[in-house]
Amino acid sequence: MSDDAREGSAATSAPPVERRKRSWAPLLFLAPALVLLGAIVVYPIFFSVGRSLFDASGGRFVGLDNYQEMFSAESTRTAIKNNLIWVVFAPSIVTAVGLVFAVLTERIKWSTAFKVAIFMPMAISFLSAGVTWRLIYEQDPDIGLANATVGAVVNVFRPPGVLPGARPSQEDAFRPVGDGSLEAADPVDVGGTVGFGLVAIPPEQVPEGAVQAVEPAARDDGIAGVVWLDFAPGGGGEPGGIDTNELGLPGVDVEAVSGGEVVTSATTGPDGTFVLEGVQQGAYEVRLPSSNFREPFGGLTWLGPTLVTPAIIVSYIWIWAGFAMVVIAAGLAAIPRETLEASRVDGANEWQVFRRVTVPLLAPLLAVVLVTLVINVLKIFDLVLVIAPGSAQRDANVIALQLWKTAFGIRDFGLGSALAVFLLLLVVPAMAFNIRRFRAEQS
Amino acid sequence: MRAMRTRIARTVAALATVALVAAACGGGEELDEGTGTTETSAGAAVDLSGETVEVAATWTGAEQDRFEMVLDGFAEQTGATVRFRSAGDDIAAFLGPRIEGGDPPDVAILPQPGVVKTFAQQGDLLSIEDVAGEEVDANFSKTAREVGSVDGTLYGVWFKVAQKSTVWYNVNVLEGAGVEPPATWEELQQVAQTISDYGVPPYSIGADVGWPLSDLFENIYLRTAGPDMYDQLAAHEIPWTDQSVKDALSVMADIFGEPDLLAGGTTGAEQTDFNGSVTQVFEDPPEGALIFEGDFVGGVISGETKAKVGTDADFFDFPSIDGSEPAVLGGGDFAVLLADTEGGKALIEYLATPEAAEIWAAEGGFISPNTAVDPSVYPDEVSQRAAQALVEAGDSVRYDLSDLQPTEFGATTGQGIWGLLIDFLRDPSDVDGTAQALESAAKKAYGE
Repeated sequence: MSDDAREGSAATSAPPVERRKRSWAPLLFLAPALVLLGAIVVYPIFFSVGRSLFDASGGRFVGLDNYQEMFSAESTRTAIKNNLIWVVFAPSIVTAVGLVFAVLTERIKWSTAFKVAIFMPMAISFLSAGVTWRLIYEQDPDIGLANATVGAVVNVFRPPGVLPGARPSQEDAFRPVGDGSLEAADPVDVGGTVGFGLVAIPPEQVPEGAVQAVEPAARDDGIAGVVWLDFAPGGGGEPGGIDTNELGLPGVDVEAVSGGEVVTSATTGPDGTFVLEGVQQGAYEVRLPSSNFREPFGGLTWLGPTLVTPAIIVSYIWIWAGFAMVVIAAGLAAIPRETLEASRVDGANEWQVFRRVTVPLLAPLLAVVLVTLVINVLKIFDLVLVIAPGSAQRDANVIALQLWKTAFGIRDFGLGSALAVFLLLLVVPAMAFNIRRFRAEQS
Repeated sequence: MRAMRTRIARTVAALATVALVAAACGGGEELDEGTGTTETSAGAAVDLSGETVEVAATWTGAEQDRFEMVLDGFAEQTGATVRFRSAGDDIAAFLGPRIEGGDPPDVAILPQPGVVKTFAQQGDLLSIEDVAGEEVDANFSKTAREVGSVDGTLYGVWFKVAQKSTVWYNVNVLEGAGVEPPATWEELQQVAQTISDYGVPPYSIGADVGWPLSDLFENIYLRTAGPDMYDQLAAHEIPWTDQSVKDALSVMADIFGEPDLLAGGTTGAEQTDFNGSVTQVFEDPPEGALIFEGDFVGGVISGETKAKVGTDADFFDFPSIDGSEPAVLGGGDFAVLLADTEGGKALIEYLATPEAAEIWAAEGGFISPNTAVDPSVYPDEVSQRAAQALVEAGDSVRYDLSDLQPTEFGATTGQGIWGLLIDFLRDPSDVDGTAQALESAAKKAYGE
């Protein structure tokens, strides 16, 4: 603008013919860009502002009703809340991660290879990146990489029990103890017997080597008992009794407890029987400890209502960290080496150099990266649409997604335009900031 | 391993659809607003060599393959090239930008009459009275004409019926547990408990988007409140806060209330899509036993699992509740015309013929409302039985209630009935709150 003005004032003294030529030339060169900008940016903006004042079908002027409806709808409020979370976390983390990578890659051999690897996700479309992450976040550890990784660790520290998910066949014969153990309802005397009839064990989960369950033989010197699958395939049989085709459950831990202390323990045999030996005369609580019933790691619900937005933000960071790294690395290369050397000579350690010299020198650049990402994040749409499953889409909602659903889903273009205008207003301050920075740099 | 591959393939297919939606935002052909005379030579195939007909539908996977076979039949008859566009679950969102941009597909298959109505009233559909009116009058029931019409004008040919009052099950699991298919709601609950004792979670529910939940609710409501109340609720003549709705929700809570009885628990159900809810029942080992969904489950079973319909998989009719009479809930897909092109009209006309329906019927997972379709083309006893039940229910057939609602209330992902029933799945104790939320969403959608 100011250049044009200067050009104009300089041209007044020139001959009229030349002056006309020179004032037309820039316009001519600008024309294609202006036409395109006008057609696909400026006109739609004004159209949307106007359209947002009309109802769904565009026939009736409704004033600011759409804006009122927009802010009163819960879905929009969720979207605004999520956009806020996005803006606070995504750009700052991406910039921080990019800065760390940029500084570290300066020091290592093969830094180009490392940079290429980090930058690679930028070359993938958001859509395919979304597909990849949707699979990574699958709940089933057999499919989802995230849960497979967590599961590998969890299963080492908390190995699954032999009877995950099993429960007693008769609720009143046993009582569950707080930690998930199963305890006989009444204490058992030494010389007595006890039976644990369990159900909800699918055939393929019955421990190997199981044979027909038998009644335990009473022993004078201990408590005898049996743990068996109280469910005959194909049905039949009474709950609580050992019937034909009902298998014993081998490998189950059993404990005798007195006054809260485990006195002795045993493991069941192929027919499900066990003997708790080495106990003094008296009555004991007999229980199957909870470790028997521990479920294998079933996977975290990454894409459920609570984790879905952070999960998508992680995928965003994966894509954009490379961008931040490359831009910051370029800025880093421009920092005068002497400054860094000087501070090292003055006795600063590496952290102090980074914190007191590198970062302040990079600050203007970091601000530009951050603000560019803020603009980008405000418009986030595709990752949310692709990664969030239908049931979590409301919880993961963002303004751009709400806009698209409103305008093109339920075809309320009035409300959709209002959302578009709102989104524009959110982006404008960030744009203005960036433009001012560019200007400042140029002057 | 196979299950994993199909699930990955499914996810990719669903996401490819999203890509198409995005791609569809472009496009700039002018809508041909021609007013040429309409050719109505029923049956006689027109020569459309060199023409391209574009058709959009919600079908993916096995259903898409079958429909493309039907389209191949059309291409053979006319010489036209047919391009199929899979629009994903939310076809209104797919068509919206295409219509707005003046470049709609020639024909779309809309899964809800509610959507047909919305589009017709906005003037986006062309009357097919002259194209397929005679065929519809001759070979379809009166109901088919009524549901396909808006204000007395025919806009949609009912191409595919979804008989939604069926409950599919894994035969091996029921045999293993030693139970018979139940006939009443009480028996169903006992059967479910026994299956659970056997070690398999009984109910497999695909609640990721929510439409299987609305079908379940409608089946229950049709039985607890009866067809007359059903019609009143469908027209929003009684509010969703009516006691009858609360009663039906309480019955529904019999299923949701015990997370142990759901495959994967409550969160598992939320994360499972419809196809997943079917395949997990027929995996080895099975992760569920019963699926509350329509005859089209059979198509998914034969298309995406190793199970055989009739031997490994079967269905029973939706159980009677408190002695309710047999009733059938039907859904369906309507072929509508969006562009005034010869190819589009010819395709609509073709889809109304028994020949077109028989191609898919012979492949399974499909029931035609066309009475001229030869019952012997259904490939197995199972689909014949489902088709038979529809014929026999006669006057007690009711059209899928959510599909008759305005789109934003009845058929939009994450909103209205779909979204609120997912909330109800999460908290089945909140019957009153759910009824209240449904009523306010309905009021808003009806503009009351």
